[in-house]
Amino acid sequence: MEALLRAHGITRRYGPGCALCLDSTGADAGTNRCPTCGSVWACRDVSLELRAEEALGIVGESGSGKSTLVKLLHFDDPATSGYLELARLRQLEGIGGIYADGCDWSRDLFSMDRYRQRRVRDASMGIVYQHPHLGLRMGVSSGGNVAERLLSAGWRSIGAMRQRASHLLERTEIPLSRMDEPPRNFSGGMQQRVQIAKALSGDPPILLLDEVSTGLDLSVQARVLDMIRTLREELRLSMVVVSHDLGVIHLLCQRTMVMKNGQVVESGLTDQILQDPQHGYTQLLVASQLQ
Amino acid sequence: MRVREWMDREAAPRSTFAFLDDGAKKDVRRALLKAVAIPGYQVPYGSREMPLARGWGTGGIQITLSLLKPDDIVKVIDQGCDGSVNAVNIKKFYERTAGVEITTDTALATLVQTRHRIPEEPLTDRQILVLQVPYPEALREVEPSEAQTRRMHAEADYARMWLHLYEDIVRFGEIRISYRYPCTVNGRHVMDPSPIPRWDVPKLHMADALFLFGAGRERRIYAIPPHTRVEPLEFEDHRFRVEDFSGKSCARCGATDTFLDEILMPDGSQTHYCSDSGHCDKRRAGWKPC
Amino acid sequence: MSYVAVQGGREAIERACEAYEHRRSGRTSAPLELDQIREQLHLAVDRVMGEGGLYAPEHASLAFRQAAGDTFEAAFLLRAHRATLPRIAQSEVCSTGPMRVIRRISSAFKEVPGGQILGPTSDYTLRLLELDPLEDPVERRNHLRERLFSGKEPEGGIPDEFPRVVELLRREGLVQEVTSSSEEPFDITRRSMLYPAPRSARLQSMARAETGALLFLAYSSMRGYGDIHPTLAELRVGYVPLTVTNPVTGRTFVAGEVLVTEAEVVSRFSEPGGEPRFHLGCGMCFGQNELKAISMGVLDRCLRSPSPSCPAEDQEFVLYHADGIESMGFANHWKLPHYVDFLSDLDRLRKAREVAHARA
Repeated sequence: MEALLRAHGITRRYGPGCALCLDSTGADAGTNRCPTCGSVWACRDVSLELRAEEALGIVGESGSGKSTLVKLLHFDDPATSGYLELARLRQLEGIGGIYADGCDWSRDLFSMDRYRQRRVRDASMGIVYQHPHLGLRMGVSSGGNVAERLLSAGWRSIGAMRQRASHLLERTEIPLSRMDEPPRNFSGGMQQRVQIAKALSGDPPILLLDEVSTGLDLSVQARVLDMIRTLREELRLSMVVVSHDLGVIHLLCQRTMVMKNGQVVESGLTDQILQDPQHGYTQLLVASQLQ
Repeated sequence: MRVREWMDREAAPRSTFAFLDDGAKKDVRRALLKAVAIPGYQVPYGSREMPLARGWGTGGIQITLSLLKPDDIVKVIDQGCDGSVNAVNIKKFYERTAGVEITTDTALATLVQTRHRIPEEPLTDRQILVLQVPYPEALREVEPSEAQTRRMHAEADYARMWLHLYEDIVRFGEIRISYRYPCTVNGRHVMDPSPIPRWDVPKLHMADALFLFGAGRERRIYAIPPHTRVEPLEFEDHRFRVEDFSGKSCARCGATDTFLDEILMPDGSQTHYCSDSGHCDKRRAGWKPC
Repeated sequence: MSYVAVQGGREAIERACEAYEHRRSGRTSAPLELDQIREQLHLAVDRVMGEGGLYAPEHASLAFRQAAGDTFEAAFLLRAHRATLPRIAQSEVCSTGPMRVIRRISSAFKEVPGGQILGPTSDYTLRLLELDPLEDPVERRNHLRERLFSGKEPEGGIPDEFPRVVELLRREGLVQEVTSSSEEPFDITRRSMLYPAPRSARLQSMARAETGALLFLAYSSMRGYGDIHPTLAELRVGYVPLTVTNPVTGRTFVAGEVLVTEAEVVSRFSEPGGEPRFHLGCGMCFGQNELKAISMGVLDRCLRSPSPSCPAEDQEFVLYHADGIESMGFANHWKLPHYVDFLSDLDRLRKAREVAHARA
């Protein structure tokens, strides 16, 4: 399958950095915080490729850098170094300065201005955060939440936006009678489904999921994951799935990357990683989670 | 040279014309040039203290003072009216510090300063309209932080403003913004047109005159150059609408095509007068009741 | 009489100005002399100078009289007057080291090198309204003068310079140094502040801010909306010499001295991972205005909080709302006619009611 997104050497450092940082942080050092200067290397030299219509899992414990990685891909936070490119997508053709003539890949998106980054993000990506309050405006109607991305993309018909919002809310099983209610009136599972509808509003080819089912009841979790699987197939989405739960990864993802202390320690086909983990840390993860 | 001589030379008032010293006028003019170059963009500038209070038009006053020439003819209105308190104060100030001629006739003025209205009579390419601005930030409605709104403008991140209008329509069936209606200028910046009623917003679009906006307290200057697109935020299926005066007319001049003030009579009934008093007087002189 | 009369408005406005002037000039009492204000209402004069941003006791007294004792209005008069004055020179960076101290206390230590100098203050008075003064005021004045100035100087005289209390803490490494830049300070009177604002802009802005506004914000932080638990390392009131460079000869000379109040506040906060240290907050203003200097010191510290969590730590919240000239001007502007805007409001309300009725 063709690659849709590729990133190389993504690094995010919080703090000044020093000469001793590289040797004293990372998976082998067992920490992402430099004992000398106190800098935190949340993500260090991560490279990845996302193919069309595939789900790529990123697994690791908290502090491994997996959520930071997704935030960097979504331009929520600027990367310290590294680059990010997208394949030539029809959704991005209208944004000037993204593609050089004749190139199949975009210019480095990390070094683009914030205005273009936002337009690229609105046209090509949707994100679902673990905490609904990060992705939703709790006081704005659910329909309005879905409409926000459409408005950002230049939609100017109330009727068309309401039609699109009701279609997506129906797909994510929110009763239409509650479309004009704010998400703060809803249960956690419902809020998560509104978030999914919002993420899909602009018809993006790429969906980023950050611990999307964490914190939900088991039965609610199963329903949300099932819905995501159906949507992925029907809408032919490519997804990056971040989770600390190998069960979620196993259910959704064909390929998986394992992260520890900001670094990738192992990557490959999900089945292979689950059946025959190579890195000691992956072995520990698999042993502790899968019976 | 002795210090005393030097001080006498440097400290002597160099120009008493139009109150502000030359340095301050240059500061304001530089900001004006930048504002004209980037229509709708709020240019920060070092606003000076005026002998009128903040919130009483100090931004507009500084623009006018920095532009005035001795042969200018100035009209000042407040809520459309030449005789209203704020307009009278400001005119007194201009007469005293610049000695310029004052008029109530829009057509005669070279420069019109206004609070909350645009004259009914269309302005020409030889005229400048200076608007007094209390809140320069159109996005303040949805975002209290200045650092954030500046970022939003830089990235043309206006979805929240649009969402605000969408929510109004969903909840109330109407956009509730009455005056200070946000507009997109030159297809780029969302701008606060100052507290003019919606009635006056279409006058900003592709106009012949230059519009200058001054916010003294908030230290911002912005502009709409002549022949610039100014589009109120609206939806394809929910158009921008001006105030509705259908079936009403001015009790003084009979106008049915002007912004009307609602006057409560002692008996509790209502009558209407033109808000633009200069225009009303002019029309009345040539208008005979049948 | 409508206050937006098409005709006759100007006349009415002139009369209103005259009525204000007449009411201020009193009925039968003797007109107020400027030296009475300057000497006997000096704390009001100091406050007006600080908020007006101009050190000019005579002008401030004049403004105070013209404003009928309204400090907002008086500071405004002074600041508007300031706008007409050209800037002919800038003083050299001034240290408060050689301050001619009239009051200097530290609440951080019982004894401090140089001693605690209580000086003129109402802090230790009984707040009993003197309904019936026992002595004739002039006799009382002579009596006080005799008592305060005829005694012997303390042994060893009054020191020329008082060591700073903060220096003692600094020597032990207990104070987090504020990185001071050698850059030209930001001048808020010439440029519009952009956020985040540099410290020089924040301090300048607070030095001109309204006393009550600073007190309100600082108090909110001390009381519980924030985690600042300040200790007053040192409070000084005194005269500081200002030196100016002669633009022609290049020689520096002392142009005069200004009375200032300076507060240095220390407060502890722990940065994650960092060594716990005191962080210093500085406040300084014209004249004797101790409440303002202390409040400013607390807020200077608040505004350097690494993760703002309450209004007093939010730069925009504090700096946008503490200026008395701006806030009073804007609050007063609501007295201007707003009937065009209001009519537009009415139009929206009536339309919305129509929609609501149609829906019902």
